[in-house]
Amino acid sequence: YCLSGHPTLPCNVLKFKSTTIMLDCGLDMTSTLNFLPLPLVQSPRLSNLPGWSLKDGNAFLDKELKECSGHVFVDSVPEFCLPEVRLRRANNLSTVDVILISNYALYDALPIHTRHTGFTAQCMPRNHRPDRLLPSPLKDAVEVSTWRRCYTMQEVNSALSKIQLVGYSQKIELFGAVQVTPLSSGYALGSSNWIIQSHYEKVSYVSGSSLLTTHPQPMDQASLKNSDVLVLTGLTQIPTANPDGMVGEFCSNLALTVRNGGNVLVPCYPSGVIYDLLECLYQYIDSAGLSSVPLYFISPVANSSLEFSQIFAEWLCHNKQSKVYLPEPPFPHAELIQTNKLKHYPSIHGDFSNDFRQPCVVFTGHPSLRFGDVVHFMELWGKSSLNTVIFTEPDFSYLEALAPYQPLAMKCIYCPIDTRLNFIQVSKLLKEVQPLHVVCPEQYTQPPPAQSHRMDLMIDCQPPAMSYRRAEVLALPFKRRYEKIEIMPELADSLVPMEIKPGISLATVSAVLHTKDNKHLLQPPPRPAQPTSGKKRKRVSDDVPDCKVLKPLLSGSIPVEQFVQTLEKHGFSDIKVEDTAKGHIVLLQEAETLIQIEEDSTHIICDNDEMLRVRLRDLVLKFLQKF
Amino acid sequence: MPEIRVTPLGAGQDVGRSCILVSIAGKNVMLDCGMHMGFNDDRRFPDFSYITQNGRLTDFLDCVIISHFHLDHCGALPYFSEMVGYDGPIYMTHPTQAICPILLEDYRKIAVDKKGEANFFTSQMIKDCMKKVVAVHLHQTVQVDDELEIKAYYAGHVLGAAMFQIKVGSESVVYTGDYNMTPDRHLGAAWIDKCRPNLLITESTYATTIRDSKRCRERDFLKKVHETVERGGKVLIPVFALGRAQELCILLETFWERMNLKVPIYFSTGLTEKANHYYKLFIPWTNQKIRKTFVQRNMFEFKHIKAFDRAFADNPGPMVVFATPGMLHAGQSLQIFRKWAGNEKNMVIMPGYCVQGTVGHEILSGQRKLEMEGRQVLEVKMQVEYMSFSAHADAKGIMQLVGQAEPESVLLVHGEAKKMEFLKQKIEQELRVSCYMPANGETVTLPTSPSIPVGISLGLLKREMAQGLLPEAKKPRLLHGTLIMKDSNFRLVSSEQALKELGLAEHQLRFTCRVHLHDTRKEQETALRVYSHLKSVLKDHCVQHLPDGSVTVESVLLQAAAPSEDPGTKVLLVSWTYQDEELGSFLTSLLKKGLPQAPS
Repeated sequence: YCLSGHPTLPCNVLKFKSTTIMLDCGLDMTSTLNFLPLPLVQSPRLSNLPGWSLKDGNAFLDKELKECSGHVFVDSVPEFCLPEVRLRRANNLSTVDVILISNYALYDALPIHTRHTGFTAQCMPRNHRPDRLLPSPLKDAVEVSTWRRCYTMQEVNSALSKIQLVGYSQKIELFGAVQVTPLSSGYALGSSNWIIQSHYEKVSYVSGSSLLTTHPQPMDQASLKNSDVLVLTGLTQIPTANPDGMVGEFCSNLALTVRNGGNVLVPCYPSGVIYDLLECLYQYIDSAGLSSVPLYFISPVANSSLEFSQIFAEWLCHNKQSKVYLPEPPFPHAELIQTNKLKHYPSIHGDFSNDFRQPCVVFTGHPSLRFGDVVHFMELWGKSSLNTVIFTEPDFSYLEALAPYQPLAMKCIYCPIDTRLNFIQVSKLLKEVQPLHVVCPEQYTQPPPAQSHRMDLMIDCQPPAMSYRRAEVLALPFKRRYEKIEIMPELADSLVPMEIKPGISLATVSAVLHTKDNKHLLQPPPRPAQPTSGKKRKRVSDDVPDCKVLKPLLSGSIPVEQFVQTLEKHGFSDIKVEDTAKGHIVLLQEAETLIQIEEDSTHIICDNDEMLRVRLRDLVLKFLQKF
Repeated sequence: MPEIRVTPLGAGQDVGRSCILVSIAGKNVMLDCGMHMGFNDDRRFPDFSYITQNGRLTDFLDCVIISHFHLDHCGALPYFSEMVGYDGPIYMTHPTQAICPILLEDYRKIAVDKKGEANFFTSQMIKDCMKKVVAVHLHQTVQVDDELEIKAYYAGHVLGAAMFQIKVGSESVVYTGDYNMTPDRHLGAAWIDKCRPNLLITESTYATTIRDSKRCRERDFLKKVHETVERGGKVLIPVFALGRAQELCILLETFWERMNLKVPIYFSTGLTEKANHYYKLFIPWTNQKIRKTFVQRNMFEFKHIKAFDRAFADNPGPMVVFATPGMLHAGQSLQIFRKWAGNEKNMVIMPGYCVQGTVGHEILSGQRKLEMEGRQVLEVKMQVEYMSFSAHADAKGIMQLVGQAEPESVLLVHGEAKKMEFLKQKIEQELRVSCYMPANGETVTLPTSPSIPVGISLGLLKREMAQGLLPEAKKPRLLHGTLIMKDSNFRLVSSEQALKELGLAEHQLRFTCRVHLHDTRKEQETALRVYSHLKSVLKDHCVQHLPDGSVTVESVLLQAAAPSEDPGTKVLLVSWTYQDEELGSFLTSLLKKGLPQAPS
C-alpha cells in the first residue's frame, strides 16, 4: 500500500506473513506554501495585503484569502495534507502492528497515526535523538473540513512514549513471524534502511540513503544482498546538483555577502545537513578571513541538537569515531561554540537580542519560510539588497517559499544540498545488491517532467522496476513456499532416511505439530494409547478406524517373476500368469484371487478372506517403497 | 552428540585473569583475556598454550570477546594477540575500545618503566592489537561467520561493560562479564531478555553477600569522609580510573554542594581527567537520569573536584584524594598511602574488591605492619575502611539475572571457590538449574540437544493449520510428510510433492473384495440397504449413495452385483486403496456379518 504521494516523504504499508508493517510516516508539508507566513509580531505589510475574493463571492473564505504579488495565500495557521486519509480508513490502520522509521524527517505524521488508530504496538526509530527535535510550531495547526488538525504537544509525547529504540543490525522478532533489522543508510545521524525477512523471504526497504561520506556511519550495502524485493524511496530531489559543488557555492556566497556587510539567512532544519554545513564553515571561515563573523543557530532545540550530535559517536563515520577515542568531541562545532564563534539560542527573544551583532550568519527554521523564527528575519532583512538568503533544504521550492515576501530586495541563492542517492548511484547499488525485484514510486520510473529529455534521471534496472502511485495497492511478486519448522532431536533420531538418488535421501515423518507464537515445532508422536479394558460397553462404532491415521504413499514397481517366486515360497501353488497390454495378471486359482500388476498400480481382487488378503498385501508391500 | 565445552583458563574459582574458552557447535570462542593483579610472574597471564599446542591460535579460535575494559578482563590482550599471535577478530563495545588501550598503556608503563620488566608488550603492540578490534553496538547482532553470531547486552558494571550472547544455530551461551543489577548514580542496571541460553556463564564476586540498601552505604560513606575532614584528617580513596571513581565523584560532588564544604577534593591526574571526558562523550551508556539532564548540565563536569598534584600530598590540613590504582598495589595511590599511613587522623576507604597479593587485600584482612619493597616495614595507623561500592551483582542480583535469562544451566566464574559453592547450592535448590564451577584448566562438557531446523512447504503447513482450526482438534495432531535431504538442505514436504519432485511415480495398490450377501432383492435395493446400514454405523464418516447405484464411504467404493447362478445371493464388491487399508478392512468384516433385517 502506498499512503503518500511524495517520493521523498514515503508512507507505505507492507503486509507480510500476517503482520502489517508501516514503513515511515512522513508529513508532506509543501501545502504550507499556500499559506501566509506566521509572523511573530504583527506585520503591517502582511496584514495590509489586499483581500482576495472568490468569483462566486463566498464570504466565508473572504477574510482568509489574501493576494500578494499575484499569488493567493490563505491567511491562517497552516494545515497539512495527511498521508492518504481515505485509504487509511478503508484499510483500518489500527491493524498496523509496527511502524518502522528510517530517519528523523520521516516520523512527522506519527502522532496522527497513533492517535487516530488506537495503535499500540512499537515504533522503532533509530536512536535517541529525535525526541528532542520536534519542531514545536507544528503543534498549532488547525483543522478545516477534510484537512485534519495536526497534533498537540501532548499527543507528540504520547506518540514518543511508544517508540522503541533499536540499534543497527539489531534483529527484532515481530510475533515470531518476521524479523526486522535496521541497517545504516549513511544519510543522517541514525538514519536507517530496513530488512524485513522471514526464514525464506527477504524484503529490503531503502529510504533516504547516501553513499557520500558525511558525518554518519557509511551505508551498509552488503546486508541488502539476496533480497527478493527491494523497495526504493527517498532518492535525491535534485538529481542534477552535486552536493559537494553546492557546499562550495554555499560557502562562497556566504563569504561574499558577509564581506559586503550583509547578513546571511539560512533556513534549515535543526539537525541533519546543518552539522555538515557547520563543519564546512569551520574550515572555511578561517581561510576566508571571516573568523570574526558570528554564527547564530536559533531553534528551540538548537542546544539539544548540537549536544546530542556529540554523544552519538557510535552512529558516526569512522573518522569521527576515532576522534572520540582520543577523546575529543566528534564534531568541530564544539570548538566553534567554545571559541564563541557559534552561538545558539532557543528563540530570538531573550539573550539573543542582547548578543545580536551584524553582519552575521543565522541558521534557523522552518525551511518553508512559513513559521518559526525565520519569518522574522525575512521581514527584517528582506528590504536590503546587501543581505542574502541561502536555501539548502531541497524539500520546498524556493520560489514558492519566497512568494509571500515579494517584492524582495534581498538576494536569494538556491544551493540545495541533498546527499541522498542519485540515479547513477542507484543503478550502481542495484547492480551491487542484485535484488530479484525493485519496487519504487512511479515518479522514479520516468524522467522528471521539467527535464523530460533526461533519460538518465530515472531508474533503470532489469527486470524493470514495479512502480506504485499514491493510494495504490501493489502485490509484491513473490510467493512464499517454505516456512521454518524445528524437529525435536528425539524425533530426528527416530527418522529412517533412505537414499533414493545419489545425494538425495528421504525419510517419512509422522509427528505432532506444535505451533506457538508463529513458531512451529515437530515433536515425536505419542505412543499409541493402550487399548482400554473392556469395562466400557463395546459398540460397533468404537471399532471404526480413525481414517485420519494416514497410510504412506507407495512407489516403485513389482517385477512379476520375482513376485511369483515369492508367492510360491509362501505356499501358494497353482499360479497362472497372463500378460496383458499394460502388465500382467497373476491368478491364484485355488483362492479365486486375481492380482493385476501394472507399471504403477497393483489391484488385488479376492474373496472376503481377510487372512489371505493381508498375506498378499504384505507380500506386495515388500516390493514397494513407502513415503 | 552435540555439546558445549567450557574451560576457564583464568577466573575459574578465582578473581582476576578472566579468560574462558567456550566451544559451541564446533565454534571456539575466547571470552575475555585478562591479567592477574596479584602476580608479577608468568601466572599473571592465562596459559594460552593450553588452547593449542602447535598451530596458530587464529586457526583455532573463531573470535575473542572482551566484556569490559578492566585489566583483569583485557590486560593480557596485547600479549595474547601480538606476542602469542592471534589475528582473528576481537569484539568489544565502543567505550571499551576507546578506553582499553589507555589502561593497557598505563599498565605497561608501570610494568616496564617502573618495575623494569623486560619481555613485556610494547606501545606499538597495543596499537596493533587494537586494530584487530571490531566495535559492536548494544543489541547489535554481529555475524562473526555464517553460523556464529554474537549480541551485546547492557551490563552496567562500568562504562561500556556488556554481556554477550554467543549463538550458533539454536544453541547459545551467555557470558555476563562483570555486571550490576542495581542502577547507581551514573550507570543503569544490567538487563537481558528471556533468551533461554543453554548455558549462562556468570561472575560470582559477591556470591555470598547480599548488600544492604545502597542509600545506607552512601550515607555511611559520606559520614565517614565528613567526620575525617572535620577533624582535619586526610581521606585517601584508592580507585580505578574508570568506574567507581566517577560514581563516588558524583556522590561527593553533590554532597559538597549541598553541605557547602570547602575542603578540597583531588583526583589523581592524567588518566582520570581523560576518563571523565570519556564519560561525557559516551552519555548514551550511562543511566537515564544523566542522559536526560546532560543537555542542561553534564554530570561529569565537576565543580569541586580538582586535579591532583604530587606536591599536594604534603599539604597540611584536610583533603580528599581519589588516586589510582584501586588495590594499592602500585602507582600514586600506594605512594600517598605510604605518606599518610602513619597518622591515625587519616583514613583510607577501599571502595572495591582487592585481589589477594595486593596491599589493599592485606590491610583489609587486618594486617597493620606491612613489608614493603626493600624490607621496610610500614606501620599502618590510619583508619582503614571497606565499603563495597563495586558494581558487581550480589547474590540476589545473580539469582535475578539467572531468572531473567532462564538458562538450562549456569556456570560460575570470577569468584572465590568457597563462596561459589554456596551460590551453586542456592541456584540448584532455588532455581532448579544445574550449576557448574570449574577450576582453571578444568573442562565442563554439557550435552545439548538442538532442534533441527528444516523448511516445511507452506502448502503442507497450511493444510495442517487449517485442520488445526477445527474445534475438536485441540488434541495434538499428527503431521505426515516426507523429509527430503539433499546435500545439507533439509525440506519437509507432503508425500505427494516429494514423489513429484523426485520424479517417482506413485504405485497404487488397490484391493477389491467380494462380499457375499444373502439378499433376494434387487441390486439397487441391496445397495440402498448397505447404504443405510453403513450410514447408521459410521457416523463420523462421509457415506454417500451415488446415482449409479454404488455406495462410497470416504474413498472406499462399494458396488452390488448379482451373480447369475444364485438369485438369493448378491455379491458386494468392496474396493479401496492401500491408503484406506484400515477402513476397507473394517468394512469387509462388518459386511461379512451381514446386514440387519430391513424394517418391513
